[in-house]
Amino acid sequence: MSKRLLQGVSFLPVLLLGGCSLVLLHPAGYVARQQSDVMVTTTIIIASIIIPVLIAVAVVAWRYRASNTQARYEPEWDHSPQIELLVWAWPMLVIIAVGAVSWIGTHRLDPYRPLTHVTRDKPVPAGVKPLEIEVVSLPWKWLFLYPQYGVATVNELAAPVDRPIAFKLTAAQFMNSFFIPTLAGQIYTMPGMQTRLNAVINLPGRYQGFSANYSGAGFTDMRFLFQGLEQPAFEQWIRTVRASTAQLDRAAYEGLKRPSRAEPVHYYARFMPDLYTRILHGCADPGQKCPVPEQKPMAHIARR
Amino acid sequence: MLPDQSVPWNSLFGRLSLSVLPLGSSPEDRILQYTFLGIAVIAVAALAFTTRQRKWGYLWREWLTSVDHKKLGIMYMILGTVMLLRGFSDAIMMRAQQAVAFGANLGYLPPHHYDQIFSAHGSIMIFFVAMPYIAGLMNYVMPLQIGSRDVAFPFLNNLSFWFTVGGAMMVMVSLFVGDFSTAGWMGYPPVSDIRHSPGPGVDYYIWALQLAGVGTLLSGINFIVTIIKMRAPGMGLMKMPMFSWTTLCTSGLIVAAFPLLTVSLFLLSLDRYLGTHFFTNGGGGNLMLYVNLFWIWGHPEVYILVLPLFGVYSEIFPTFSRKPLFGYSSMVYATTAIMVLSYLVWLHHFFTMGSGENVNSFFSLTTMLISIPTGVKIFNWLFTMYHGRVRFTVPMMWSMGFLFTFILGGMTGVMLSVAPTDFLVHNSLFLVAHFHNVIIGGVVFGVFAAINYWFPKAFGFRLDESWGKVSFWCWLVGFWLAFGPLYLMGLMGVTRRLSHFEDMNLQPWFIAAAIGAFIILLGILAFLVQIGISIRRREAYAVGNDPWDARTLEWATSSPPPDYNFAFIPQVHERDAWWDMKTRGSRRPLEGFHDIHMPVNTTAGVVIGAAAFVCAFSLVWYIWWLAAASFAGSVAVLIAHTFNTHHERAIAAAEVNHTERAARWDPTAGGATA
Repeated sequence: MSKRLLQGVSFLPVLLLGGCSLVLLHPAGYVARQQSDVMVTTTIIIASIIIPVLIAVAVVAWRYRASNTQARYEPEWDHSPQIELLVWAWPMLVIIAVGAVSWIGTHRLDPYRPLTHVTRDKPVPAGVKPLEIEVVSLPWKWLFLYPQYGVATVNELAAPVDRPIAFKLTAAQFMNSFFIPTLAGQIYTMPGMQTRLNAVINLPGRYQGFSANYSGAGFTDMRFLFQGLEQPAFEQWIRTVRASTAQLDRAAYEGLKRPSRAEPVHYYARFMPDLYTRILHGCADPGQKCPVPEQKPMAHIARR
Repeated sequence: MLPDQSVPWNSLFGRLSLSVLPLGSSPEDRILQYTFLGIAVIAVAALAFTTRQRKWGYLWREWLTSVDHKKLGIMYMILGTVMLLRGFSDAIMMRAQQAVAFGANLGYLPPHHYDQIFSAHGSIMIFFVAMPYIAGLMNYVMPLQIGSRDVAFPFLNNLSFWFTVGGAMMVMVSLFVGDFSTAGWMGYPPVSDIRHSPGPGVDYYIWALQLAGVGTLLSGINFIVTIIKMRAPGMGLMKMPMFSWTTLCTSGLIVAAFPLLTVSLFLLSLDRYLGTHFFTNGGGGNLMLYVNLFWIWGHPEVYILVLPLFGVYSEIFPTFSRKPLFGYSSMVYATTAIMVLSYLVWLHHFFTMGSGENVNSFFSLTTMLISIPTGVKIFNWLFTMYHGRVRFTVPMMWSMGFLFTFILGGMTGVMLSVAPTDFLVHNSLFLVAHFHNVIIGGVVFGVFAAINYWFPKAFGFRLDESWGKVSFWCWLVGFWLAFGPLYLMGLMGVTRRLSHFEDMNLQPWFIAAAIGAFIILLGILAFLVQIGISIRRREAYAVGNDPWDARTLEWATSSPPPDYNFAFIPQVHERDAWWDMKTRGSRRPLEGFHDIHMPVNTTAGVVIGAAAFVCAFSLVWYIWWLAAASFAGSVAVLIAHTFNTHHERAIAAAEVNHTERAARWDPTAGGATA
């Protein structure tokens, strides 16, 4: 089955639904695109058993209704080796097929795996370094640090198109799930632990990001804007952030740490260099000592 | 971190004071006041009715203190239905909130109230609706089906019930005294830890689940021993009816899984009461430890709920197809395979933790493996109808509705088991739609099928068919209208537990879902009407002992069965023992009766259950003296009960003779329209 046909099938419900947007079926990021393809492929494989069974249930129930005395009636018939073989083998074959797709997909699309391609036909150009973004979920807002540019933002995120993005994520207090549906699958942010996510955005645009894991009273408003920008526009955006008068120093972080709902966007021209590491190791408060590396805190034992 | 010492506390009432009652004039308090008023009116009416009918003594002697598995089964079903009304009220409130809370409209529920409602909805539906329903069905049917006179430990059975009631009472009391947890039905830290949930809510959640959990665990032990030790002579395990098989497997799951829930909640309460750090990062603990522990219980729990209903369908399809169950051995192996595999899949509830490609692949594959035995079951029910004579009675309609609904729920389940897909739809409304699809389509439909199927057994008259059909169609249509839009919105990237939306395009879908929930409400009301009308017309609806022309042993005794179930323990030769007896033209003996020894009723269960409730309530409010006193009291009653050697009574042969001759007995005439 060709990819084009798969996409056609996946697009069918979209046409039926008119204007509403099933973003997970036509995302704008290559990682989400592949995840979506896995979803559509496995759904079609599963449908190859589900649809015949649904039809068979309807047909058999109707054909053997009590009032239809024409139908064959076998009051003692309760076993057939051939049918038993079929009913074990058919689901098994389907699961082998779905399992293979899942196995390959789970490995290839592991969020920790650095990208090799930015679209199907376009490998990451040599010399292009991923955009590094450090993400901290705070109650109830998102803090984004750009160590390569020295700037930080709250509740707004931007990235240039077709450049890999390498996220490192943690949480200051509550567990959340960092999710931009159009970009890539979600990943938890957990206090004291670090997760990673590799992604790329292919189409310029304004997209929604949010927390996909309930984290208390302000969870509903934990949304942020994600912008996919062409390279010049991205540089312009960085300049705008850098032009901000605000700095993310200790005092500013103390303010951010306090629970707040529907926090507006903040730009910071500078941030404390070791802020992310301190939050990760639970030593961002004044006077707290960070564990020395020999002690191997949890975050280091965790993957990679 | 220790509990907040600044909260007013005194040694007599702990943290309890008038200020925890909803006596204010805020909209939330008003909602609670009217709810309280409504419940109070119903309760006063029920109490007045009982008093006027002079039924208190009867209620106490014949029901509340009963150790009869049949009466306990019926009481479990009543408990499940009452709590269904409560849990469904929560559902309607959530649907209403999500249908209106768009843009400038913040809806009528502030987050603190909304968060309690979805937390309570989940906890109630799992622990106090689905669990009592399956406990009720297993209690009522299993001993009859294996030709036994009671369960192995009748007093323990009564105690289990009262522990469950104690837990349900905790959730109900939390509505008016203090508030309930806002940490979701899973109670994940850090939202549920003492720093972020200093109030009584999470403690209500913990102790309600602890009481119910202990009750369930005791039931599990009871049922395993009953099935292993008390089957009728000749009934080898591979001749046991499928429902009893699923009861055995579910009980095995309960015994292995529920201690995990008890332990994880106990550790959480240590964190909350004593300042330990099992699940907080500060002191070297880890919140993901709780998440793992919770789901190592939580996933088997899903199969604890659905397996007994698979058993129900395995009884209904053969009966109404007038054929034995197709592939009985396959069915048994599939059930045991599901039982084992259900322990190997828990991590699929948090693929997005980032545990790595090999770990995620493993749990993705084990999850998919479960769908093989489940698929086999579906095929076996299909081939049971094949070459049969299918009668579309109300139980059969529920079972057909189950097949269509559950197959689609299974499909979305396999979709979710694929880790890359799960990264996209985890925690989304797609997930919400999926688990409601399998729990409503599998468990709830099965419970209603079972109620319609076994009601004539329990009461000697059948349920009204028209209202049964109204209820079925409302549930089926309402379900798809309520959850179809949720599937779609999940693919639009809408996540769960939101109390307010900005995107106005979503509103029509939420309104459709709310209408669906309203249609389900009509289905629930139709069910209550069905019960009411059938009771009023019980003379006209009276049926014989075997109205469906069924196949298993529970239909071999009178309907309703006598206290002792069987005057003579039946001898089993074939798998469908009662069908076999009918074909061989066996007649119930009418002489030669012996005295039958049955356990006597006991007040110990009610007293211990009440003491456990008081203890749990005191722990929530830090009333230490009362907690200690009620705990000591319940232990004392338990010890005193063990010294009571008078726990059997003899039913004289003459009385058995009288009962047996009075019972309607005509195996050939079905009685019901079918």
